[in-house]
Order: sequence, then structure tokens, then C-alpha cells
Amino acid sequence: MAVIKLPESKVQQLKNICKSFNNDKGELINVLHKAQEIFGYLPAEVQEVVAKELNVSVAHVYGIVSFYSFFSMVPKGKFSISICLGTACYVRGAEKVLDEFRKQLNIQVGESTPDGRFSLSCLRCVGACGLAPVVMIGEKVYGRVAPEDVKGIINEYANL
Amino acid sequence: MELVKLTIDKKSVEVEKGTSILNAARKVGIEIPTLCYFNLEGMNIENKPGGCRICVVEVQGRRNLAPACATEVTEGMVVKTNSTRVLNARRTVMELILSDHPFDCLVCPKSGNCELQSLAHRLGIRDIPYQGEQSTYRKDTSPSIIRDVDKCILCRRCEMMCNDIQTVGALSAINRGFMAVVAPAFEMNLEKSPCTYCGQCVAVCPTGALTEVDNTRQVISALADPTKTVIVQTAPAVRAALGEEFGLEPGSLVTGKMVSALRELGFDYVFDTDFAADLTIMEEGSELLDRLTRYLSGDRNVRLPILTSCCPAWVNFFEHNFPELKDVPSTARSPQQMFGSIAKTYFAKKLGIDRNNLVVVSIMPCLAKKYECQRSEFLTDGNPDVDFSLSTRELANFIKLANIDFNSLPESDFDRPLGESTGAAVIFGTTGGVIEAAVRTAYELYTKKPLPRVDFEELRGLEGVRAATVNFDGLELRIGIAHGLGNARQLLEEVRDGKSQYHAIEIMACPGGCIGGGGQPLHHGDASILKARQKALYEEDRNKALRKSHENPYIIQLYEEFLGQPLSEMSHHLLHTQYFDKSTQIVIE
Repeated sequence: MAVIKLPESKVQQLKNICKSFNNDKGELINVLHKAQEIFGYLPAEVQEVVAKELNVSVAHVYGIVSFYSFFSMVPKGKFSISICLGTACYVRGAEKVLDEFRKQLNIQVGESTPDGRFSLSCLRCVGACGLAPVVMIGEKVYGRVAPEDVKGIINEYANL
Repeated sequence: MELVKLTIDKKSVEVEKGTSILNAARKVGIEIPTLCYFNLEGMNIENKPGGCRICVVEVQGRRNLAPACATEVTEGMVVKTNSTRVLNARRTVMELILSDHPFDCLVCPKSGNCELQSLAHRLGIRDIPYQGEQSTYRKDTSPSIIRDVDKCILCRRCEMMCNDIQTVGALSAINRGFMAVVAPAFEMNLEKSPCTYCGQCVAVCPTGALTEVDNTRQVISALADPTKTVIVQTAPAVRAALGEEFGLEPGSLVTGKMVSALRELGFDYVFDTDFAADLTIMEEGSELLDRLTRYLSGDRNVRLPILTSCCPAWVNFFEHNFPELKDVPSTARSPQQMFGSIAKTYFAKKLGIDRNNLVVVSIMPCLAKKYECQRSEFLTDGNPDVDFSLSTRELANFIKLANIDFNSLPESDFDRPLGESTGAAVIFGTTGGVIEAAVRTAYELYTKKPLPRVDFEELRGLEGVRAATVNFDGLELRIGIAHGLGNARQLLEEVRDGKSQYHAIEIMACPGGCIGGGGQPLHHGDASILKARQKALYEEDRNKALRKSHENPYIIQLYEEFLGQPLSEMSHHLLHTQYFDKSTQIVIE
């Protein structure tokens, strides 16, 4: 018998969301979107609750969560760094920028720094291709980023 | 019924609308090769994700090649299944699949019975031109099943079985692209998942990705140990399937040859699980009557319907999914465990040996039995009632290993006392059989009259859920039967919601019952094999002198000498068990 612990208010919120989708299995992805909004990420426990509410297996929920890169099972850092790997950004060197972030922060895509300050993710096109390659930190957009700029960008957040 | 006319390889064929190209081609004798596709015809078990692309064919007027399994025929369609374009595409697809598959066929447990291997042979693949990184994953070993995901070709048959048919939900495709694997949630090991060890994933896996834990070596060591007395019990469904491994027609009964083979292998006593099946009926049938009489006398606290408890995968299923109903099933242990328990007490005492020097081996059509004999309730001071459980397939390999020419063996009889059984016990191996056996005994115990007829045709068949009413001299006993855990779930939900109309329900986890067990010779989707095995069991039942469990003289003797009577204190101690809540609890803080 595995025991799972989650804060009651948030679980209630999640259950209400499932209910608002009529606990329909077909709405699994929409429910997971909302769940990630509530919890910031999708830990195993949240997936268990969703599975129970929508009457699907946890393995199936995990199958969806692990398939889509948008869903994350690790908490996002205080500052969430997203590097656009859309076509325009990619051809203008986004991968080198990403490599530099990985090196500077010493984490992989989908991970957070041990102090919980930064997390790293990739996305596909933010609609600012003219500024390629584009990096987003929280809501702030950085355009025409070169690998040399990375250290400076991270330092902007050092005292925040 | 609307008919559609089309041409396949210049042969004209007329089929029902909605038929796939694959099935239309079969109708005119054209066998298009398949890999991911799986169909157990007439049992609503089908897998056609159209994913592997091995079955591609050329359809005139269509730019791309079409997967034959997932493309419906249309009027006037012209199909080519063997054009150069098709053959080249099929070869390329196969080469690409093999480029991410280990080349350890020589030591793979599936070698010789592997659909991927047969297909590579059929397609004449002689080298793999595509070299590169291969996906790797850790091996996962559970008490019953081994997952070797490196050998997985992502056909999704296991996922279909585990989710759509069994509704267990242990396996799902996870991750994407090169990292994609079929695994339990959060990539935990099978042992931590809600897996019931029914083994249906193993039964349909086309490669060596899912196989059983092989215990043959441990049995060989025990047989070689002069300090051990090694006895064996064989489940009813084994005798109706073992012959297939030696080239005999499906449905060949090989009971006598199997007994001879086991003796040649060196077992000191060859006994029959059927003996314990008769014993199960004594206990379970008495429990049914006890609950029924109390209910009829007005006791509304009695839990009805009573559910059979012979199937360990089914026990796992309700422990995981319906823990609130754990006092509903019969407390009777499975025949395998009843046998072990009686062997290590009653029989060990008769032989005058310590239970630690008696090794009990079971031959089972089942993989969950491997797990069941390790359950802690079935150990006495760390010594298991049943030491090792081998599947039908393992026994066949063992016989071949020992250079025994199975087909020329003489027929011989089981040893006494634990080898005598009735026809009622034989049919335990098929869906409907346990409840029919229980009815035969319960009827006579309840009415104190002889059965007017022994055969209960109304309980037989292969439909997933069946219902029948049996007249107990004025009392209408309502019986439900389900095989396949998805079907069982339906009946269980009715029980949970208080809507069940039945007095007794029989459940077997595998489609067809034990004849279709996860440890049986692979049927490769041929449902006629299951039907033949079922027919064989009913035939053996018909040919038995005794056909009611309570008439088994050695069962009567066992109660007289040792147990007292059904449901006695001794019986409770040795033949009954309890169930546990294995569900995942979500605790809110």
C-alpha cells in the first residue's frame, strides 16, 4: 500500500478541474495542462490523482506526460529559462546557446539547479523569429542571443 | 451485409464491407506478412496499430503504400502484395527494425519461437545495412515475468492486452522517439506496478522482450540432490496443451505421456493438481453452501455472491483494484497451494520426512503461479508449500533437454494418494469449469440427492461474460462467469455497487481460462487452439469414472485421516487464506 501526500486544497482544486471536464478520459491532456498550472509540475502523486479521477491507468497518464516535452515531472526553478529550438532559431545557432546554458548551469534540459533557482527547457517558436535565436526567462524575451551572452544573462538574476 | 469486390494479386475476391486488405487476401490464400498485428479471432482481441509497416501493399491509384492490416477494402480496389516496390519497402522496414534489435538470437529464450526471427527468415534478410546506436534499457525481473526491453519492437500487443483486455494498466508506451519504451508508470519495475502476473503480455509478445522467469535449473538441482524427495503436481490445463510442443495436434490429451516423462525426469512421485482441485471444491463448495444457507435463513451480513479464488492473477487484480471487496471471494486457497500445503504436512508425515527435505514442484499453464508460491502466507518458517512452479513451456523444454522422446513414451498413471482425481477437477482448466465442478458437488451436498445430469452445458462456452441459472431442487442458483480481467472488472463493479444478481461467480484471469494461460505453448493468435484445448478437457472429464469431487476416495480418506471435515479448524489452517489491500492510497494532508 503506497502512501501519497499532497496538500488538500490543491488536490481539491485538481479534482474540481477534472470534474469541470466531466472526468472524461478524452480530456486527459487538458486536465494535465491545468494540473501543471496548479502544482507547477506534475509529480507522480498528481498523476495518480488524475488517473483515479479520470479512471485511466497511471501508466497511461505517465505515457502522456513523458511523451510531451511541455509536461514536466521536476519542479521549475524560480527562473525558468526556455530556449527556442524552432526552425529559425535553430538555423541561427540556438543549439550552441543551449549548450552554453547547460554548461554554465551544469544541468540538462528538463532539470533544475540544485538551489532551485534556474530550470532549463526547450520550446518550439515563440513567434519572434525576427529576433532569432530567442531565449525566454520567465516572461522576459532575449533576442539575437549568442553563446558569449549567456553568462551575462544568468548574472542578471544573481541578486534577484 | 454489403459486399465489396476487389482484386488482389490478380485474384478476384468478394468480401464484406469493412474487411481489411489483410483479411481479404487471406480469403484467397494470400498470407501477407505481419508483425505488430495480432488477432485472437472470435474473442474480441485485436491489435492493429498499423505501426510496424511490414504488411504494406500497393494499392492502384494510391501514392503511398498502404498497411494491409489497417486499410479497409473499397469497391474495385486493385492490390498488389508482392510487387518489387512492396518487396523492397518491406525489406527496408525489416532491416530498420532489426537495426535496433540485439543480435543475440543464439541465447535468447524466444529463439525458435520468435515471430521476428521467423519473419526475418521468411523475408530472406541476410545482413543489416543500417548501423548505428541501439536503444538500451535495464532488464526488469519480477517473480514471474522478465522484461528485456532491448528486444521490444514496440508492436504494442502487450499494451493492448494489459489495458484493453485485462484493464490492469501496468504497461504503457512511454517517452518518445528513440527513447520510447513500453513500461510501467514512472518506469518503475513490474514488481512495484499493479501487474497481476497474468502473463498475457508474454503470451502475445512476438519477440523475447517479455518472457517468463525460468526455474528449470533450480528444479534440476533439487532432483540431483540425494537428500531431497522431489514431488511434482500438474495442473489440468497442461495435459491439453503440452503435446503441441512436440508437434501433436492442438487438443491432443497427453496425460499418460506427461506422467511418464515426469517419472523419467526423476521426480520421486508424480501427483496431480487435480487432486487438490477436488479438495478445493470440497472447501469452496462447502463455503458457498454455508454462505447460502445463512443467507436463506435471513442473515443479511453474508457476503454474496461468493467469488472463486483459484486464480492467482485474479487475486492480485482484486487486491490492487477492489480492496474494499477483499472479504467477498472464497477464502479457499488455489489448488496449487492446497496441494503444497497437504504435501508438506499430510504427505511428508506419511513418508516420515521433514518438510524441508520435501521439494514440491508444480507444472502450471500460468506465470502468476510463480509469484503465488512465493507469497509469504504460503511459507512455513521460510519454507514454501510449493518450492518451484514451471510453466507448460518450461516443462516441454526440460523434457527436450533430457533427451526424452515424448511421443514414443508409454502412458502411465499418477501416483497415489495425491494423484487421484475426478472429472470435476479436470475441467478446472477452462473457463466455466471451476463453477461447474462446484455445482456438481454443492448440488448433491445441498439436496442430498444424486445429480440428474452431470454435464452443465449452460455453464460452458467462450463468451467473455456468461450467466446461467441452476435449479437446486427448487432453489434457483444464479451463476456468473467471467474470463479475462476486463470482463471480471464488469462483474466486480456490479458487486461493488450492490447490483450483482449472482449467488456465485467464477473468474479466471486469462481469456479462455487456464487453457489460454500465460505459461502455455504460444498460440500466436490462433483461437482454434484454445477451443481444441477446451474440448480436450471436457473429453477427459467425460472419460473419467468419477466426475464429482466429493466421490474422490482419496479426498474422503484425507478428510477421515487428517482434516476432519470441510471448513474444519485444520482445513482453515491449511487450505484457506486471507487477502490484502494492495491499492495505492492517496492520503491528503
